[in-house]
Amino acid sequence: MTLDVSALDRPVQPGQFFHIRCSDNWKHPLRRPLSVYNYDHESHCLEFLYLVKGNGTQQMTLMRKGDTLSLLGPLGHGFTLPDQGALLLIARGVGVATLHALARQARSENMEVHVIMSARTPGDLLTVDTLSRLGATVYTVTDQEGTSSVESVRALSETLICEEGISAIYTCGSSRLGKLVQELAETYHLKGELATEAHMACGIGDCYACACTIRKGNQLKTVRVCTEGPVFPISQAVLQ
Amino acid sequence: MTDLSVRIGSLTLKNPVMPASGTFGPELAPLLDINLLGAIVPKSITLSARGGNQTPRVCETDGGMINSIGIQSKGIEQYITHILPVYQDYDPPLIASISGESIVEFELLAARLDKQPGVAALELNISCPNLRDNGQAFGMSAETTDELLRTVRKVTGKPLIAKLTPNVTRIQDIAEAAERGGADALTVANTFLAMAIDTETRKPRIGNIMGGLSGAAVKPLIVRLIYQAHQATDLPIIGSGGIMNGQDAIEMILAGATAVQIGTATFVQPNAMNIITDEITDYLERHHIDQITDLIGQVDVS
Repeated sequence: MTLDVSALDRPVQPGQFFHIRCSDNWKHPLRRPLSVYNYDHESHCLEFLYLVKGNGTQQMTLMRKGDTLSLLGPLGHGFTLPDQGALLLIARGVGVATLHALARQARSENMEVHVIMSARTPGDLLTVDTLSRLGATVYTVTDQEGTSSVESVRALSETLICEEGISAIYTCGSSRLGKLVQELAETYHLKGELATEAHMACGIGDCYACACTIRKGNQLKTVRVCTEGPVFPISQAVLQ
Repeated sequence: MTDLSVRIGSLTLKNPVMPASGTFGPELAPLLDINLLGAIVPKSITLSARGGNQTPRVCETDGGMINSIGIQSKGIEQYITHILPVYQDYDPPLIASISGESIVEFELLAARLDKQPGVAALELNISCPNLRDNGQAFGMSAETTDELLRTVRKVTGKPLIAKLTPNVTRIQDIAEAAERGGADALTVANTFLAMAIDTETRKPRIGNIMGGLSGAAVKPLIVRLIYQAHQATDLPIIGSGGIMNGQDAIEMILAGATAVQIGTATFVQPNAMNIITDEITDYLERHHIDQITDLIGQVDVS
C-alpha cells in the first residue's frame, strides 16, 4: 500500500511504525501498527508491505486508489546504523518489510548490505528483486527446500561475518532467528538490533497493552513495544 | 451561552467529558487539547509496583475490544513524585483512580493521596476484572462495597467516586451500598468480563484467558445500568462504556449520568474527547438547552 503523506512534517526512520485505522467500519475499531516498508522524503510517498492476516489487514485490501485513511506516526524507536562496516539482515516472512527500509537507508549511505531471507516456500519470499536492485546481496532459504534451519542460517551467517566485514546484524520475524542473532552478536562482538511486533491498542504509550520483557544489565524489565521499541538492542531481547 | 458544567460531589467540572482510567496519558498532549477536558484521570495506581498480565493483553472483537492489562504500575510513591507533577500545569482537576488488593490497601492509598493538593477526587477501582481469579472484584458484594467505602471515607475528605463493576446481578444493590458507605459519586461501569478464542489455534486471544470488554458493543448495556443505578440512588453517575460520539454521551446523560468517561474511542481517534465535547455543545444548542444538567435522567418513559 502506497500513501501520499504530504502533510507529514517530520523525518521517518527505518524501524518506526504507523498506527493505522484500517477502515471506518466500527465493527473493527482498533488501529493496526505497521512498520514502514519505504518512505521517500522527497515525494512524500509512504509504503507498507503487509500480510493479510486478520480483520484489520483484510479491511485494508478493500481500499482503492484515491481513498484516504487515518494514521498516527511515525511512532517508536527505529534502527541505528553502525559507524562503518557491512550490515547483515536476517528476515523471516513479512519481517522483511521493516528490514527493507533499513537496507534502503544503508544503501543510500553506500554501506554494504547482505540479507538472509527465510520463508516457508520460495513463493513466500518477498521483495528479493527490490533488495537486489538496491544493491543488497540476497541469500534465500526456505523450509520447503530444507535450507532454513537455524543451523544452516548460522553457518551462512558465520561465513558472511568472517568474509564480508559485517559490523552490525539485524533481525525481524522469528524468535528462533532472533536467538541466533543474539548469539552471533555476542560471539562476534557485533552491533545487533531486533525489531519486535505486538498487539497494540493506543500505540502511543498510554494503555500498556504492548508490554514485553527486556533485560537491562542483570534485571528483567517490562517495557512498551510502542514507545521503548519496536526496535531493541539484541542484547536486551528476552526470547522464548 | 451553553453551560456544560456539572458537579461531582463538591467538585465542579467545566464539562462532563473525562478519560476512562487506563486509556489516557501525557503522550496524548500533541494530539488532544487536555485543557478542554472536564477532568484528568491518569491510569489506576496500586500501592506497590505491579508487572501486569501476560500478553496478548488486548484483542479486537466486533465493535469493541477485550483488555487484560493487569494494572501495570510503579507504585504510589512513583505516582506522587513522577505522575502527578506531569499534570499540575493543566487546568482540569485530576481524579486519581486507585486500585487495592485489600480494603487496607485502598485505605493506605487514599490516606497517602489525601495530602496531595494536586488530587481533586479519588475514583475507587473496586471493579477491575483482571486482578483476581475469574474476574472476581470487591464491587461484586454489596457488603464489601459498603465496608470499603466506609473505611476509605474515614481517611479522606476528598470526593470519593466508586467505580462499579457491571458483572453483577443487581447493580442497584451495589450502588446503594456505595452510597451508604459514603461515596459521593459512582462510575458506571468498568468493563464486562469477557473471553475470545482463536478458532485456528484454539487458544484464548487474551494471555490472561479472560479480560474486560469495552467499546461501542457494550453501550446499550451501560445505558441500562446507568438507568438502573440512577433509579436506586441520588448520587451523581459518571457513565463509562462504549461512548464513541456526542450522541452516545447524551444518551447516557438522559439515562441518568451527570458526566461521562471515554476510553476505547481515544484508542481509535486520539482527540475523540475534544470532538465529543463539541458534539455535546452542538446538541444542546440545537435543542435550545441552556444547561446540560437539565438533561440528566430526562429519558421519557411515559
